[in-house]
Amino acid sequence: MKIVINQLEQIAGIEIYPIISLLIFFTFFILVAYMVMRTDKKEIDELSNMPLDNNNDLQNDDNQQI
Amino acid sequence: MELQKFTYDNRLTNFFIWATVGWGVVAMLVGLTAAFELIFPNMSGEISWLVFSRIRPVHTNAAIFAFVGNGFFAAIYYSMPRLLKTPMFSKAMGNIHFWGWQLIIVLAALTYPFGFSQSKEYAELIWPIDILVVLIWVVFGLNMIMTLVKRRVKHIYVAIWFYIATWVTIAVLYIVNNLAIPVTWTLSYPIYAGIQDALVQWWYGHNAVAFFLTTPILGMMYYFIPKVANRPIYSYKLSIIHFWALIFLYIWAGPHHLLYSALPDWAQALGVVFSVMLIAPSWGGMINGLLTLRGAWDKVREDPVLKMFVVGVTAYGMSTFEGPMLSLKTVNALSHFTDWTIAHVHIGTLGWNAMMNFGMIYWLIPKLFKTKLFSVKLANIHFWIATLGMLFFSIPLYFAGFTQALMWKEFTAEGFLAYPNFLETVTQILPMYYLRAFGGTLYFIGALLFVYNVWKTAAQGSFMRYESDEAAPKALPNPKESGHRKLEGRPLQFTVAALVVILIGGLVEIIPMYLVKSNIPTISAVKPYTPLELEGRDIYVAEGCYLCHSQMIRPFRNETERYGEYTKAGETVYDHPFQFGSKRTGPDLARAGVKTLPNYKPDSWHYNHMINPQKVSPESIMPQYPWLADNEIDLSVTPDKIRVMRTLGVPYPEGYEDKAVADLQAQYAEIANGLRSSGIDVGDNKEIVAMIAYLQRLGTDVYNSK
Repeated sequence: MKIVINQLEQIAGIEIYPIISLLIFFTFFILVAYMVMRTDKKEIDELSNMPLDNNNDLQNDDNQQI
Repeated sequence: MELQKFTYDNRLTNFFIWATVGWGVVAMLVGLTAAFELIFPNMSGEISWLVFSRIRPVHTNAAIFAFVGNGFFAAIYYSMPRLLKTPMFSKAMGNIHFWGWQLIIVLAALTYPFGFSQSKEYAELIWPIDILVVLIWVVFGLNMIMTLVKRRVKHIYVAIWFYIATWVTIAVLYIVNNLAIPVTWTLSYPIYAGIQDALVQWWYGHNAVAFFLTTPILGMMYYFIPKVANRPIYSYKLSIIHFWALIFLYIWAGPHHLLYSALPDWAQALGVVFSVMLIAPSWGGMINGLLTLRGAWDKVREDPVLKMFVVGVTAYGMSTFEGPMLSLKTVNALSHFTDWTIAHVHIGTLGWNAMMNFGMIYWLIPKLFKTKLFSVKLANIHFWIATLGMLFFSIPLYFAGFTQALMWKEFTAEGFLAYPNFLETVTQILPMYYLRAFGGTLYFIGALLFVYNVWKTAAQGSFMRYESDEAAPKALPNPKESGHRKLEGRPLQFTVAALVVILIGGLVEIIPMYLVKSNIPTISAVKPYTPLELEGRDIYVAEGCYLCHSQMIRPFRNETERYGEYTKAGETVYDHPFQFGSKRTGPDLARAGVKTLPNYKPDSWHYNHMINPQKVSPESIMPQYPWLADNEIDLSVTPDKIRVMRTLGVPYPEGYEDKAVADLQAQYAEIANGLRSSGIDVGDNKEIVAMIAYLQRLGTDVYNSK
């Protein structure tokens, strides 16, 4: 581990790496946005209805496990 | 295709709900006690386990981990099986999770008031309990992931992504922040020191807010708002962007807790930039939640559940706007160390977290007990009392924050501090503390109405343990799928992706701090603490002094004028753990020991002040610590402390542990004799002398070298 640390210590301007990370985020964000835009409308509807669809068909079995 | 029948077990949801209700009352009651202690400082009297600085962690931890934690566990155990069309993977793991978590809470309540604390805010638990937390957290996570693997639906709804991100990130944060070397069963020293320790702590602390108080509650929001309003979320596409942007950005924001501190500028700048960027995903989430209710506002007027959700999400929007503003350096220069922060976090907890919990429980209890809510009217009253209570709590504290900060910064025309006596700035804002206690009382009364209402609701119904449902078996993955659809269908890959996303931010910030020596310029005059000072420091940590006294002088003229030269990173290199603090209810102590500074106090003053602060300054709101003059230092542990410190890199010479006790006693005798000569009868090996030794050491290294 020490060897690795010593190596990294030598890197000139290691502070640049925050800027790189901002770029990573930007790229990542564009990628996610692109993937989301490409997603099919039907699938989105299906997904957004997921919390709703077991509203009515639930049965109560008087505390009996099947 | 043939449908498969299966049942949901509501038992653990029910357990977690009642734990939320019970611990919620405890958390608020302790908070209220703390609020009253600030206006009646002698309330705790000579009872050590009731003193403000020891019960404040009980309050914060109970609110975060017991009240909010159990609340979102209830949400997870209810929503996950229904979204995934399968029962939770293992009942045994669920039980271990539930009982283990409650045990942790009880252990926290049994350790903090008795002075067992690591002094890292919201991570004060001592190391054996930390290990228990990690084990229970792993059981909880495995149960979730295995449930995901067993699911009958193809895709995973967005609420569950938030649950997964919560689990994975808290695991990373908690472990990294708690790495320490044990000295005894109840004491350990963190492997990080000073400014590095502070960075790790606030990387954790801020992300505890992000991933314990925000992401799981957003999961709750994405499930329960559509469910209760019976309409799908406003924009599912927005929720995907919301999720990824939020977890990516949040992890970077920690350094905004350390602005103008000795943290290197580049790290501070990163914290600010990412904090400001956070407005976008946060508000995306808020808008998504609120707009789900478009066209359903008539329901909101009638239904206390939706009302609670609306105020909850609105409070989320307010505090996520305020947060980025507070992280701007100019605003932070004013707000930091004041009650402004306290007001800000209570908009988050009392507004966002608690309202979401209340709403969810008002909706779930009638469902689980097959009945109607006992009294809608009472729930509406609770809604109003809680909303007013929150405002009465926070608004006075905003005023207190501005007022005190402005007083600290004010100079006379001659160029002197307008309020050189710190106490003046405290007495000025005391009326606001009374109002805060009033607001807290209102909120607490509301919570009692809530308990009564849900209790009566449960009593009039009968608990429905099992519910049956049916669904088609899971279809095989479609090889043609690509992109995000594919990722969503694969929980393990998804978890890893979330982990990678949060690690990027964490690593970029923290690794350079460790690698680049220039980040922490060494100061040759800074020497390790003497054994007596080290003992005193441990007492300072155990008593929770850092909760009201900072040790971080920012480079502002008013602060250097009041407290002395600003704090440098190199001065903190032997501080395991760091003691910067985050709030100045009392003055900064970073240079308490420097004799040439205007606020220097002699040993006898410190002695009398700790025994009874009001005797020394009648208007002081500091509680008394008379037990320090009775409790004795455990000299048998001193050599181990030295040994562990040396392992951590503090340059005590080899074999010094054998001489440490003798050195300690020599320094003790010097201070004790001084006290005795000024008429104070102090016994042998008393904690108070170690504490005085520590206070008199603070900040002196840099001055002595001049």
